[in-house]
Amino acid sequence: MAEVKLFRTWSSPFALRIVWALKFKDVPYDTIFEDLANKSPSLLQYNPVHKKVPVLVHNGKSVSESFVILEYIEETWKHNPFLSEDPYDRATARFWAKFGDEKVLPSILEAFMSEGKEQEEGIVKAKENLKYLEEELKGKKFFGGERIGFADIALGWLADYEGVFQEVTSIKLIAEDEFPLLSEWKRTFADAPIIKENWPPRDKLVTKFQGYREANLLKKLGT
Amino acid sequence: MAKSDVKLIGAWPSPFVLRAQIALNLKSVEYEFLEEALGSKSELLLKSNPVHKKMPVLLHHDKPICESLIIVEYIQEVWASSGPSILPSDPYERAIARFWAAYVDEKWFPAMKGILGAQDDEARKAAVAQVAEGLALLEEAFQKISKGKSFFGGDHIGYLDIAFGGFLGWLRVIEGMGGIKLLNETETPGLLKWADDFAAHPAVKDVLPDTEKLAEFSKVVIAKLRAAAAAPAK
Repeated sequence: MAEVKLFRTWSSPFALRIVWALKFKDVPYDTIFEDLANKSPSLLQYNPVHKKVPVLVHNGKSVSESFVILEYIEETWKHNPFLSEDPYDRATARFWAKFGDEKVLPSILEAFMSEGKEQEEGIVKAKENLKYLEEELKGKKFFGGERIGFADIALGWLADYEGVFQEVTSIKLIAEDEFPLLSEWKRTFADAPIIKENWPPRDKLVTKFQGYREANLLKKLGT
Repeated sequence: MAKSDVKLIGAWPSPFVLRAQIALNLKSVEYEFLEEALGSKSELLLKSNPVHKKMPVLLHHDKPICESLIIVEYIQEVWASSGPSILPSDPYERAIARFWAAYVDEKWFPAMKGILGAQDDEARKAAVAQVAEGLALLEEAFQKISKGKSFFGGDHIGYLDIAFGGFLGWLRVIEGMGGIKLLNETETPGLLKWADDFAAHPAVKDVLPDTEKLAEFSKVVIAKLRAAAAAPAK
């Protein structure tokens, strides 16, 4: 029987993508939870280059980097595909996934980790990026169309972690009037059966991200 | 397929544009190269890639595809029946190729930029060390992946050859600038030979920018990088 292991942390949004993908495909797997302050020898052996999670190990062979893992899962277990067969649609999905990690996530994190004027400017930037996502959702239920697809899985962290940020900072990034489509997507995605069952515990996430924010603000004071 | 069905917005010095060109050449796709004037962005580019406003952009039947590696995968998928496959058929080998391509873009390329934008010798030395470290990893990867053949893709140029090879011209410019051999017989024997084979390949040799011409152009890039680094902190 094929053996699948997933190295992850309980809070990593990148690892969560892989949980969703494996569950969508009905792939049984074992989870190894890592403490990033104390990485296991296995993790270091399976991902020597980056020493990060998530790492997927399939029949003893390791795959790292969440988008690389998602493509591997898609190509290895071909049922319930999350990429279209059409090359243009595939390119579009990959584009928005990349945009999410390279622009949306960093800009939201920056706004989250700052305060005052810096935070105000950060929020403007984050919303500029969110506007592109809002436009992309026109006429669609999900980024993948009628069904959850690759881009939804890639951007899905937004559907819950944005709420975490709001609880810590009291700032609502995705307001209903400003981002009606994105707001609706958040609700629909977060409520989908596999997604709903796998969000990390909200209170723990709030505590953790509050910690990150405070540590980062302290660091900034020191410079 | 009519030439005008496939257009590529790009510029000759860009390693990312080069990736798209090589992929199109590998698949023998006829295309129109729409050269961007350096220092300004055309209406077509801004319209085709409003999110990033960057090149390359592939226009296929006027539909834009952006991001160089996404373009390469698109080219492979559309013209799958033409020429050898750009990606291996085995999902694990595909994952390895994609992993190292991501490494090149996210870790190695910033270190390369670090050399060009270095404000002083100390910074340059540190950046060179980083690039060399990366090359050591890529050498190891090459030995494992090529299995004794000429390219990362084996007998044929593949995804990782394209991803990494796009930077070959710039690598040579940097070697020239510093009088250092980043690819050398002792540390990177595999990549040293690979570089020559890659540069000589029919899909590459006519589009790989001339090193001297690139070196001249690099002065513009260096000035920009240094100005950006020296910009007053907010």
